Amino acid sequence: MSKYKYSFYPGCSSERKASASNYMVSVGSMCKKLDIELNEIPDWNCCGASIGYAEGGELPRHVMNARNIALSEKHNRGQDIVASCAACWLGTKETSDRLSASEQLLADTKDVLEEAGLNVDLKNETPIRHMVEALIEDVGYEELEAPVTRPLDNIKFAGYVGCQTNRPFGIDGESYENPMYLDKMVETVGGEAVTDYEKKVTCCGGALAFSEPEKSQEQIKDIVESAYDQGADMIVTPCPVCQLNVEIYQEHINRKFGTKFSMPVTYYSQLLTVSYGGSAREAGLDGNIIKARKLEEIASK
Amino acid sequence: MTDRKIATYICGGCGLGDRLDLNQLEEIARIENKSDIVRTHDFLCNSEGVSQIRKDIDDEQVTHVVIAACSRRAKTGAFAFDDIAFTRANLREGVIWVRPDSEDMRETTQDMADDYLRMAGAEIQYMQQPEVDRSEDSNKKILVVGGGMSGMTAAVEAARAGYRILLVEKRGRLGGTAASLWKRTPTREPFSDPEDTGAGELIALVEREPNIETFLNSAISRTSGAPGRFSVDISRESGGTRTENVGAIVQASGFTRFDAGILSEYSYPASADVVDQHELEELARSAGGGRIKRPSDGKEVASVVFIQCAGQRSEKEGHLPYCSGFCCNASIKQAMYFKDCDPGIDTNIIYTDLRTPGNGEDFYRSAQRKGVTFTKGSVDAVSPESDQLNVSFTDLILDEQTAVNVDLVVLATGQVPNSGVSIELEDAAEESDRNAKTPDADQTAEVPVDSILNLTYRQGPDLPHLRNGFSDSHFICFPYETRRTGIYACGPVRRPMDIAQAIDDATGAALKAIQAVENAALGRGAHPRSGDLSFPRYRKEGCTQCKRCTVECPFGAIDEDEQRYPLFNEARCRRCGTCMGACPVRVISFDNYSIDTVGQQLKAVDMPDEFDEKPRILILACENDAYPALDMAAHQRREYNQFVRVVPIRCLGSVNAVWVTDALNAGYDGVMLMGCKKGDDYQCHFVKGSDMAHDRMGKINDSLQQLQLETERVETYEIEITDVDRVVELINDYSRKINEIGMNPFKGF
Amino acid sequence: MNDNNTAMIDKYRNSFLREVEDNVEQGEWVKMCMQCGVCSGSCPFGPHWEHPPQELFMMIRAGKRDAVLGTESMWMCTSCYNCVVRCPREIPITHIMHGLANYAHRLGLAPKVNPTRRFAKIFWDNISKNGRVNETSLSIKLYFMDGYSAGVKRAVEMANTGLGMFRTKRLNPLALISYKGIENPKQLQSMLKKAREIEGRRKGYPG
Repeated sequence: MSKYKYSFYPGCSSERKASASNYMVSVGSMCKKLDIELNEIPDWNCCGASIGYAEGGELPRHVMNARNIALSEKHNRGQDIVASCAACWLGTKETSDRLSASEQLLADTKDVLEEAGLNVDLKNETPIRHMVEALIEDVGYEELEAPVTRPLDNIKFAGYVGCQTNRPFGIDGESYENPMYLDKMVETVGGEAVTDYEKKVTCCGGALAFSEPEKSQEQIKDIVESAYDQGADMIVTPCPVCQLNVEIYQEHINRKFGTKFSMPVTYYSQLLTVSYGGSAREAGLDGNIIKARKLEEIASK
Repeated sequence: MTDRKIATYICGGCGLGDRLDLNQLEEIARIENKSDIVRTHDFLCNSEGVSQIRKDIDDEQVTHVVIAACSRRAKTGAFAFDDIAFTRANLREGVIWVRPDSEDMRETTQDMADDYLRMAGAEIQYMQQPEVDRSEDSNKKILVVGGGMSGMTAAVEAARAGYRILLVEKRGRLGGTAASLWKRTPTREPFSDPEDTGAGELIALVEREPNIETFLNSAISRTSGAPGRFSVDISRESGGTRTENVGAIVQASGFTRFDAGILSEYSYPASADVVDQHELEELARSAGGGRIKRPSDGKEVASVVFIQCAGQRSEKEGHLPYCSGFCCNASIKQAMYFKDCDPGIDTNIIYTDLRTPGNGEDFYRSAQRKGVTFTKGSVDAVSPESDQLNVSFTDLILDEQTAVNVDLVVLATGQVPNSGVSIELEDAAEESDRNAKTPDADQTAEVPVDSILNLTYRQGPDLPHLRNGFSDSHFICFPYETRRTGIYACGPVRRPMDIAQAIDDATGAALKAIQAVENAALGRGAHPRSGDLSFPRYRKEGCTQCKRCTVECPFGAIDEDEQRYPLFNEARCRRCGTCMGACPVRVISFDNYSIDTVGQQLKAVDMPDEFDEKPRILILACENDAYPALDMAAHQRREYNQFVRVVPIRCLGSVNAVWVTDALNAGYDGVMLMGCKKGDDYQCHFVKGSDMAHDRMGKINDSLQQLQLETERVETYEIEITDVDRVVELINDYSRKINEIGMNPFKGF
Repeated sequence: MNDNNTAMIDKYRNSFLREVEDNVEQGEWVKMCMQCGVCSGSCPFGPHWEHPPQELFMMIRAGKRDAVLGTESMWMCTSCYNCVVRCPREIPITHIMHGLANYAHRLGLAPKVNPTRRFAKIFWDNISKNGRVNETSLSIKLYFMDGYSAGVKRAVEMANTGLGMFRTKRLNPLALISYKGIENPKQLQSMLKKAREIEGRRKGYPG
């Protein structure tokens, strides 16, 4: 029996050979060390992401998420749903809240699920949580620190929280303007968190990085620049979209603005995995395009 | 005086014994100050120390006490002796806490302590304990002028506390404006719907209350006297006057409607369908909860626009420059009259800034939920168009000129205080009459105003005004205090307000009136020197009848007798000493505060000669703000210059020019005068004292120049109680400046 | 003119605010705006909005239907939720922006060329097909959104990035040929169709 058990919703980007596949690898390694059992929701589907609103509308979007909730309630009964992706968490939780708030919406949703022949009974009673919530609230900083065998000495991290792991729901009751949980996690595993990272909760453009690249890249430029200004060695983030946007567009920004950005962008789960003694591969460091050398060095010790 | 016996107590606690040579202080007390008894105690404020003092007073017949310990603002509970004259030498906050504890500073620190003890010794020589003047026939009845919500509330509150009330209302009914409203803004959770006005209930309470006697259709035709012994004539409109004696007065004379007649751009009064908020209340009352009909043709109103700030918050001629505060909530309420009846009625409130005090924010939200439209815009014109009104306005969010056609337009106009005659305007009118060779009709175009109180005071028939015609009162620190002791203003006569605020206000004023009658009966001073038993006396044979004291008293306490000598009304006096500061022949004094009690202090300071390199700077610090600020600096162990000597004074207004010239003659190198903030946003506890002192000291410059002295040798400052850092900086900067300009050439003469 | 649009114009005539309250996600909150402008000041793409949110709310109240539904403004929303957490009136501004965009899109009034609108459609079609995002085909579709030559140009620009993603095993070129997704995509598609029908019926869209 594992100490902690969750119904796990990894999300599309965490699939094999998808853009956050290395995040998934590190989450897996991290949870193993912490004795967390992740039971994947069987046959989960996409949450619709934020951008889904425009074509999808309300009910279709909620139906997508309700299907996942119902499948979780059927197969992983009694377990909280934990999502590792910000958008998945937000979308599912939003649907769950809306279904609780509107009887009609709930009835319509049930109708749709039933008519499609999905043999489920949607109760919508499952808490929808983010992976970092489970780590902070259930496991706790003390227990997160216990397995550390290789503290991340001499690495300065800019904790980039971004938007959707922070707003609108918030993590652990922290402030929206300056949430501290990511910095605390960094310090828990022996790293140094930069204190005045002013772009901590600035938007990277999200999905609009694809449709409005120029506007988004201005945002990303600020996010990376501020990390350099504070003397950070690398950025750490809880969000797959943040990671992707901030990492891959540095090259474009360099071309456009003549900057020389080469700032590694890592996941908190990679930090934890390495500090717990995991290898570079177990931490998914091979998935970083801009190599996180300082982390790799510790991982190879 | 033969029976004078002086005792000096020197405390060695709080580090005083370690930092100072107490033996030397004892010697000064004994020899220079001529104390009959000198005792040193290492913890004077404990019960043993205090009972020693008490014992000496009782057994040794000590009449005058000097306590050399902490600031006079500290340990006031322990050191409270009301049967002897006593003063304190401030050795802790004034000396050891503001000076570094180092060997090289030991001498100048001791110099400071020696001087403060000498000063206290000199002061006590000239002090007497004031005699208690209990007035046996003091009256405790309270007159309330105005029978609106404020007046009725004040009357009921004071009556329930056991005081007899005379309630005078000029109209034929109680209830004031509130009684003519359909509903009022809500006072209870969830603050979402208009509420019954409550005027009816309050009127019933007044009528049932046995302690209240009500006079309708009546006005005050004369008020004379002072707290505890006012005499008022209550005149009925129909004729007949009754004279009554009262102890205090609450003035709740309210407001009058702004005359919208000048707002012709809004077609008022040209169109019958443009109304002000009061007129809308009448329409709502006649609709009685049903559909409101427009005045022109009785058609049921299907669309209405409210124009906020009509004739208000505007510098235009004839407009009110201020915000009346109640009108946004009132328009929200009136919009609900329509929406609650039929949600389909278009209601649009056009505002530039929506201000919803109290719980108005919830009320505002409720209106939004009900579908009231709020448009940030400014209305340019209202003009009749077919059978409607065209309201053209600038939408300030969309930044465009636009217009709507509606059935009815409501103007949110403001409150004009009903505060009687302004003495400032009267003075100005007199002045211009005197100056103008031919009387100019334009200059005296002021509409004659009826007085509310008809005071027989030398300084005019009504409460002095502050700004925009509202009665003078400090809106934060002492809101109900006016500049006429024993008369308290409340409600919209004091500042614009709504019913809820007026009720709070009236309750406060009722309490102040009760305090006033009780203090008057005990012969004690009112705020801010409440409990003070001293009052000004003057030496008639020296008086030149110059009238400065009668003119400058901020509280109108001094009238003139038939021979034009000053006539002091003790109970009206606030004990600030502004009269004493004004007197050119120095004949006015208090038993415990006089030209000598301060003048002898500054002369008692040991004045080193020119070659000692020890300058002396005199600070006269107001006890209300500046002296506490200095104390707080001491508590924070801020250092200031060792050559200053601080004398607390009651008010900068009490500073007589002779103190300044005496100081310069005695060899002081500089004089700093520290008073409270002056002007319209004054913090002076005596309202005008600081203003007056600044004026007077402006004139001192001429004398300095005649003496060939630098004008910098006398500087006047406004200090707020929170200026803890600043006051230290000012002292230290000033000390440097004095160093630069050099020693006073009069030193040693 | 789009049938939905005609139907709505007929139904609401003069009251655009009511139309928005009935049809736009969280539209009943529009009237609660107090015009403080904190939303506009908090938006990461703020300067790029022709009409910032609080202005859109005022335009809705002023009945400016064409200007509101035809603007690109709400398509600038990055879903960062900054406005939502800062709004003193706790108005769900992000959702209203999504709702307005969706409504304009359903009525055929949204600007045709707006890249976010087109991306959103491609995205939804992508996830509807397999139940999950096929990132590879999504990217390719995106590059070629503006035609073949523009697509080639963009693909070249992104070549390095793509290569990096491929090398780090975060991009699967084979997904272009075969991508599995969920077990029974047909069932999901019928669900979405049904949901859209119900929503259309509730809002009174014809057909």
